Formats: sequence, C-alpha cells, structure tokens
Amino acid sequence: MKILVCISHVPDTTSKINFTDGDSKFDTNGVQFVINPNDEFGLTRAMWFKEKQGATVHVVNVGGAETEPTLRKALAIGADEAIRVDAPATDGFSVAKQLANVVKEGGYDLVIGGRESIDYNGGMVPGMVAKLTGANFINTCIGLEIDGTTATATREIDGGKETLKAELPLVIGGQKGLVEESDLRIPNMRGIMQARKKPLNVKEAVDANAETEAVHFAKPAPKGDVKLVETVDELVDLLHNEAKVI
Amino acid sequence: MSILVYTESEEGKYKKIAQEAVSFARGIADKMDMSVTAVAINGGDASELEKCGANKVLQVKDDALKNFNAAAYADVLAQAAKKEEAKVVVVSSSANAKFLAPLLAVNLDAGYVPNVSELPESTSPFKVKHSVFTNKAFATTEIKTDIKVVGLAKNAYGVHENHADATIEDFAPELSSDDYNVETVSVDKATDKVTIADAEIVVSGGRGLKGPENWDMIEEMADILGAATACSKPVSDMGWRPHSEHVGQTGKPVASNLYIAIGISGAIQHLAGINASKTKVVINNDPEAPFFKAADYGIVGDAFEVVPKLNEKLKEFKAQNA
Repeated sequence: MKILVCISHVPDTTSKINFTDGDSKFDTNGVQFVINPNDEFGLTRAMWFKEKQGATVHVVNVGGAETEPTLRKALAIGADEAIRVDAPATDGFSVAKQLANVVKEGGYDLVIGGRESIDYNGGMVPGMVAKLTGANFINTCIGLEIDGTTATATREIDGGKETLKAELPLVIGGQKGLVEESDLRIPNMRGIMQARKKPLNVKEAVDANAETEAVHFAKPAPKGDVKLVETVDELVDLLHNEAKVI
Repeated sequence: MSILVYTESEEGKYKKIAQEAVSFARGIADKMDMSVTAVAINGGDASELEKCGANKVLQVKDDALKNFNAAAYADVLAQAAKKEEAKVVVVSSSANAKFLAPLLAVNLDAGYVPNVSELPESTSPFKVKHSVFTNKAFATTEIKTDIKVVGLAKNAYGVHENHADATIEDFAPELSSDDYNVETVSVDKATDKVTIADAEIVVSGGRGLKGPENWDMIEEMADILGAATACSKPVSDMGWRPHSEHVGQTGKPVASNLYIAIGISGAIQHLAGINASKTKVVINNDPEAPFFKAADYGIVGDAFEVVPKLNEKLKEFKAQNA
C-alpha cells in the first residue's frame, strides 16, 4: 500500500498572529512553524500502517523552500520520502490541484490530509483532492483500518460518530482519534540523522489557478476586561439582564 | 439566477442552522437582486424555510438518501445549482456541510470560502469576511469564480424572519452508483442529549474538577440550562470524559451563546476552540488562570463550593422565568 500524507506547514499554536504589508499578509517574523496538528495524527496513523502492514509512506507539502524543515521533521518521525511541490500555497483549490497531480503520478492508494489546517481553517483540500482524482473521500476521520483494498473508517459527526466503508483509493480528512495524543512521536536523534539521508524531492508545479484571494486581514477588536463577581446571584443577574444569554 | 441554499434537517425537522443559512442566503439575494432556492433532502415543513425568505423549495424525497452521504448530497446540490442557475451556494458549518462543500465546489468549478461571519462586503467583486487562525483573526477574501460556495459560520448571522411565498417543487436528481461508493455501516448518535454543535449553551469542565466522579454537578447544570456538556483536552486524554466532549483546537469547535468553563485554566489551544462563543464565564480558584483574560464574567472560587450554589440559583431562576 502506498500512502501519501499531506503536511501543512503552519504557525505553532502559541504564535502571535500579526499581519504586514498593509494587513494583506501574515507576518512570519519570529514565528515558529510546525506540522499541522491534524496532519500529525494522520502521519502517526500512517506510521502504524507502515510498521504493521508494510505500507510505504510519502509526505508532501506545497510551498517554498522555507517549508522543508517541516518535511524533514516528518521524515524524522518515520516517513520514507518527502515531496515538496515548489509553488506558493495561494488558496485551497490551487494547493489541491498541485496535490492531485502528485497523487495521480505517484499512484497512491491512500491519501491522508487533516480535517483543517490551523492557519486558514479552510478544511477543503482533502475533499478537493478526492474529487479531482476520482477517489473516495471521508472527512473528520477518527479511526481507520485497511483490509486489502477496503477501508473501514469512523467519522465524527455532530453528536456522535458513524462507521463507513469504502474501497481504495481513498482520501481522508483526519484528526485526533486516528491516533491518540500519547501516540504522537517526538523524533529521536537516530530519526533525525536518518531523515537527512532520505530523499526530499522538489517537484515542479503544474498550472493551477487560485479561485480565491485573501485581500485583507484584521484582528478582532480587543476584548474588555473580565467582570469579576462575588456571588452566584450577581452572576445569574448579569447573564440574564446584561448578556441576555439565559 | 438564484442563490441556492442547502438546508439540513433531522427526523423531518429543519435544524436552526438551516434557517440561519436561508436567512443568510436571503441577505445575499437582496444584495444581488436574485431569488433564494432552498434544497431540502428528505426535509421538513417548507413553511419553516419560507418564513426566512426562501422563494422556492426543491424537495428531494429519496430513501437512498436517508443517511447523509457526502458524495450523493454534493451531487444533488450540484444538479440543483445548475438547474437553478445558482450564482452562490450557501452551506452551513456543520460536520456534514464541511464534508460535502469541497466536493460540490470542485464539481461546480466554484471557489469556496468557509467560516463566513457576515454578508458579503461587496458582491462585485465578491468579497466575504471569514475567521482564520482559529478565530484569532479575520480575513476578507475575494472569490473570483463565476459560481461561489460560501460556508456560513455557526451562530454568526442568526435567524432573520423575512417571509416570502415559496413555490414548492419536487426535484429528482439523477444519481449514479458512484455517488454511493462510501457506504454507511452504522450510525452511533445519542438522541437524548443536546449536541455541542447545536447547543446554545455549553457547560465545560476541566482538570480542576479532580476526577470523573465529580461530573454530576456539571451534568446537573447542563440539565437546568438545556446545555451540552464539554471538557478540556487533559480531561478527555485522561479518559474522565469521552473524546466527543473534547472542545478546543484539536477537538470540537464551540460557537455557542454562552460558554461556562469550570476548573479550566484556559490553555491557548482550548481558548482557540471556544472563543467564537459570545459570552464566556469562568469559574476557577486560581485568579491567575489565563481564562480570566478571555472571559466576560468570572468568579474566583472553588468549583466545589460555587457550582452547587450556582445550580440552586439557576433552578430558582428557571422556575421564576419558566
């Protein structure tokens, strides 16, 4: 089984979010980048398929050379090979088109993406890749088993979960639950050394038009100070008469 | 030309997000001088959509669509969009809507923007404001394609009553066997509980509650308020509460009217997931807990003393305001 894990290169959760160039671009100054958390759960599940079922695991990112340390980290966690499509990650659709090309050329059976990236929260790339490549698609995936060419997946739904079955090739939008937080792997020295020798192939971009363009960013208005109250009577009164939420 | 809107229902009753989506579609339609067509798959009473401004309701009645199926539902919507010459398709932010929207967008060659919080700032060019960086910022994005797919953020626009007399039409799209390649084996859904997705109020507990045996008072508060229960990440990681209750960046997003955090310190990942909620209340014995900086109201105190008192007071309040 050939698995492709799509890795989004995103600012660490604790990063200060600021914008530059007249609030038209994200300010990467001093920002630490990491593997998108939803993708890391998927990558860790892919490692399980590699170790238990002999799968080959490739990782891919669409972006400039600055994203390579994030791909190296994925290699250090255990992926066999990395691909960087040398194109700016302009919008979800253009990224999906680049990825679809990688999927078609590589003949992957399973493509694992994240439910959403924690930067632009688009949540659209895995579904679009599936549609563009004609693969089946399952989103918000919290459990995945592969038996031969059949996948059984658990999907989180509002208020519960459901079990779905589909044939490969399959694309999933994964999240926590594919593996648990405690299953995530911190690369060790051996992994880091090996990662340096593993292939990181830079692939030329195909033509991919962006369908959307973020033109302006803004931060929410600063929040007022918390109103501290002494008694529950006061709290209930404020929630009813001031906030009008009960 | 029209604005198409996907309306979600459960057991023959429209969800509040369906009415919000129709209201939002009405708002866009008025700006673009178009009509609103709602698509209802095994839906409910069309007057519920009419009162939010739907001019036409396309009713799809098909037992094969009884369970949600993203590929098939996306195909239904794509065919409806073509038939109605839709310029904009509005969907909600439910798990199902976010599942089908990318499939629909590719099918229609439409640019898609989710988490939209307001009516378009302009319709030509078509620019919408949406949350990014997990609610830490907003972006204004231009959708450049002829057809646009817009995902309305939860609890952002509200239900606006704006009556239109709707024509109701049966619609039978042509679905192929490929639409059913992903098969539903089983659905496991608690029907007796308010879901975090639909809840107006969410009561959430953290590590400060010391153990799963202390959740009775959280459940009680949720009962009194008709709220959903939720928890912080450490609590679900330790197995005190089910994963489905975990809210935060890697858990479920919350955009309720009221979020009550009890014994939750307010790690940045937790706050990211809940800060789309409108009013936030924190009860914590540590006045330095970061949640106090994010909350609107707070009580510094021991949850084991404050919560039982608050439950009593809320009961009294509910009895008086019933």
